[in-house]
Amino acid sequence: MRSSVIIFPGSNCDRDMDVALKKFGFKNQMVWHNDQSIPKSDLIVLPGGFSYGDYLRCGSIASKSKIIKSVIDFANSGGLVLGICNGFQILTETGLLNGILQQNKFLNFICCNVFVKVKDKQNKYFKDLKKDVLELHIAHNEGNYFCSDDELKSLEDNNQIAVTYCGKDGSENETTNPNGAIKNIAGIFNKNKNVLGMMPHPERMIDKYLSGEDGSLFFKNILDNFK
Amino acid sequence: MEVTEAVAIDHGLKKEEFSKICELLKRTPNLTELAIFSAMWNEHCSYKSSRKHLKKMHTKGKQVIQGPGENAGVIDIGDDDAIVFKIESHNHPSFIEPYQGAATGVGGIMRDVFTMGARPIANLNSIHFGSPQHKKTRNLLRGVVKGIGGYGNCIGVPTIAGQTTFDESYNGNILVNAMTLGLVNKNKIFYSKAAGLNKPVIYVGSKTGRDGIHGASMASATFDDKIEEKKPTVQVGDPFTEKLLLEACLELMADNSIIAIQDMGAAGLTSSSVEMASKGNLGIELNLNKVPCREEKMTPYEIMLSESQERMLIVLEKGKEEHAKKIFDKWNLDFAIIGKTTNSKKIELIFNNKKVAEIPIDLLAENAPIYDRPWKKTKLPQKLKFDKDEFKSLKLSDCLKKILSNSNVSDKKWIWDQYDHTVMGDTIQKPGGDAGVVRVHGTNKAVAASVDSSALYCFSHPLTGGKQIVCESYRNLISVGAKPIAITNCLNFGNPEKEKNMGEFVECVEGITEASKYLDFPVVSGNVSFYNETKDKGIKPTPTIGGVGLIPDYQQMLTMDFKTEGNLVYVIGKTDGHLDQSIFARELLNEKKGPPPTVNLFNEKNIGETVLDLSRKKLIVSCHDVSIGGILTAVSKMCIKGKKGIKINSLKGLINKYEYFFGEDQARYIVEIPEVSLKRVKEILNKYSVHFDELGTVNGQSIAYKDDINLSIEELEDAYKYWLKKYMDS
Repeated sequence: MRSSVIIFPGSNCDRDMDVALKKFGFKNQMVWHNDQSIPKSDLIVLPGGFSYGDYLRCGSIASKSKIIKSVIDFANSGGLVLGICNGFQILTETGLLNGILQQNKFLNFICCNVFVKVKDKQNKYFKDLKKDVLELHIAHNEGNYFCSDDELKSLEDNNQIAVTYCGKDGSENETTNPNGAIKNIAGIFNKNKNVLGMMPHPERMIDKYLSGEDGSLFFKNILDNFK
Repeated sequence: MEVTEAVAIDHGLKKEEFSKICELLKRTPNLTELAIFSAMWNEHCSYKSSRKHLKKMHTKGKQVIQGPGENAGVIDIGDDDAIVFKIESHNHPSFIEPYQGAATGVGGIMRDVFTMGARPIANLNSIHFGSPQHKKTRNLLRGVVKGIGGYGNCIGVPTIAGQTTFDESYNGNILVNAMTLGLVNKNKIFYSKAAGLNKPVIYVGSKTGRDGIHGASMASATFDDKIEEKKPTVQVGDPFTEKLLLEACLELMADNSIIAIQDMGAAGLTSSSVEMASKGNLGIELNLNKVPCREEKMTPYEIMLSESQERMLIVLEKGKEEHAKKIFDKWNLDFAIIGKTTNSKKIELIFNNKKVAEIPIDLLAENAPIYDRPWKKTKLPQKLKFDKDEFKSLKLSDCLKKILSNSNVSDKKWIWDQYDHTVMGDTIQKPGGDAGVVRVHGTNKAVAASVDSSALYCFSHPLTGGKQIVCESYRNLISVGAKPIAITNCLNFGNPEKEKNMGEFVECVEGITEASKYLDFPVVSGNVSFYNETKDKGIKPTPTIGGVGLIPDYQQMLTMDFKTEGNLVYVIGKTDGHLDQSIFARELLNEKKGPPPTVNLFNEKNIGETVLDLSRKKLIVSCHDVSIGGILTAVSKMCIKGKKGIKINSLKGLINKYEYFFGEDQARYIVEIPEVSLKRVKEILNKYSVHFDELGTVNGQSIAYKDDINLSIEELEDAYKYWLKKYMDS
């Protein structure tokens, strides 16, 4: 499976994503934000970091960058686009995904392990995933997902909520919500479920010596579903 | 403006220093020249009070590639890999403006590291605040933590360990010490020594603004009531630009275009240009009209003194200008050829086609004043005689809970949750352990790092305190399974013009030197921060040691959490029960006098090497050094982290249980040993003649000792985990 990771000025999880993708057998290449086009890919990843310094609003300047038109075209033609953390913020700024990511409820950057519940498996990312609850890692200041009531209803009606923050046992409530996100939302799809944005970093959970290994399941699953 | 003695004094120079300048120049300097002298001759840049003593430090070792004197120290970790590291203070600005002060401290130390060609792989910090009851403490802490996080998180370098303390002596002068480790190929290290004539001098990075003017002088003076007025001397950081600068510099460093490179830190363009020329024994000519400026009508005086962040000065190979410019254009950074190297051995500044300054380089660097300041020795305090009958009214478990919830012992998760500690995907030991550990990307090796200081010990007896911190750093590295290699130090002291403060400095340095020599743990970089004093009240002497060690195979790394029920727990090293200067004496007996625990370097080395041997042979499965709070505190942390309890054996011999459990004797570790390894462990301990106590067995869900202690893990957590969060929320 061929993947491309886009590097914006200020991206800082681009290398981590490259390492993770290659570890599980993706043929990955790095693409510079100023390039006009993206090499032939089956998956495009917008990595975490602080694209353009997060100035103006997180992700907003990246959403107007040169490369982004190709990303949007690719998504609209049904290609898989994955945005992690700052990548999720960029996807909401482009309009490929609904809603926005506000500053965390307690106004602090937060870096810790979290559990997320996989809410929908009828998609290429989570189909046949063996677990329902994954332990992943978050590191963000603006991860507090918010959208209008209409948008939320539409997300729910179309099963576009991908993952939600929860406890180890899958329980979803205020205490398992690290950043105040509406309905504990940690990640969402577009309507066609080819575009996925989420705050947790699966690429930081690919090795038992790191924070854990559930990220490995996520990447392997994408590959398995592609075959 | 006419330059007079009064103007010189306004610039922080002493009367005699001004006469010396006039004498050396054989004329009165103009204002720009005076500014350059004041920037180069202040304490912060010239080390005029400390240099004499720093020279004695132990700086050489088999693995040392570069010792003090460069942007950072460099050590060899095998296979052409080298680690570049340094710690630096940003105390004065952080007190005035905590967010920006701390942020630019982190930015500055990272630049020191990548200037040498290394990619930063880990950040650490040691931060010290006034009493929790002091009205400024909460806001300063919040601002500093946000500043450190704001900068480091954005750059994408994990913050892997740190230290936070509270003491009323920091009420008017907080300390913010930031440390960075970088990874470099040992054949591709870049230095700041200029070479060759007529080589282009290049300015890259952010534009120059009016921020931070006189920053270095501000950091060379004490504070008074009017410090608010000094806010404009604090620099403003832009981590985004630094990230671009980092990537652009590393890209340019991939080939041989750069002759010398130096970041513009304290005293900005002045110190960077003078240092490069001085090291290369050359002259330098700069056309200040070419310097990219953020604001209009900046004068040569302002351009030379600005401490705008995220700027670098490069001496480039001729003919490489276009190649280099392309890289900086790609990263949207300013690139300007602002001058050249010359054979004049002077710094010459041109502005509007006129020469506005001309000073021989050696007057600024080698001829800068050096002081042999008078100092006073601190006598070793008398050992206290505790009334042990008084202890009996104290319940052991209450004492433990009180110590665990003390501001200087309790969990600092509230802080490190705000630092990205996992970015770069190689952090294998997160903050909260004895040391942070990151893998050397793409290899089996891992590097461990720790920051330590013990102001109470240093205040009580600087010589012992100096030795003790080096040993503590050594132990912290060994506790995670790393072989200690070298240290960097940040020497935070009061006013060197006072004999007592100067004496504290001299004796701490002596202690550090003695220990680092004995342990073969050389100092490869560091900085000195004097004048941490407000309205005549100085801080306790606080040298901070940043230690770095190597784990050849990261699977040999140790953590402190108890692993398996039934395993045996030993205390390695002898406990005499030294309570003077302990947290037990301070918090439960309200006794602040007495000497710090004795440091026995032979024992430190012998016991340290023994524990390292045990870990290399995989005979122990967890390890933690015993420090502040003694054995019970250490063991409680192991219980909390592992979510497993311990049954402690009855004490043998006549030792008083309070002294045994809370004494802060040095050179001790607690280790967890599986039953199957026990025989070999005992053989090794006996072979090295190392004292050990069979403390107990990993057991159940509580810490239990006879009828005296029975505390569940939850009770321990309640005491240990929430002090800081509650404090910040209140």
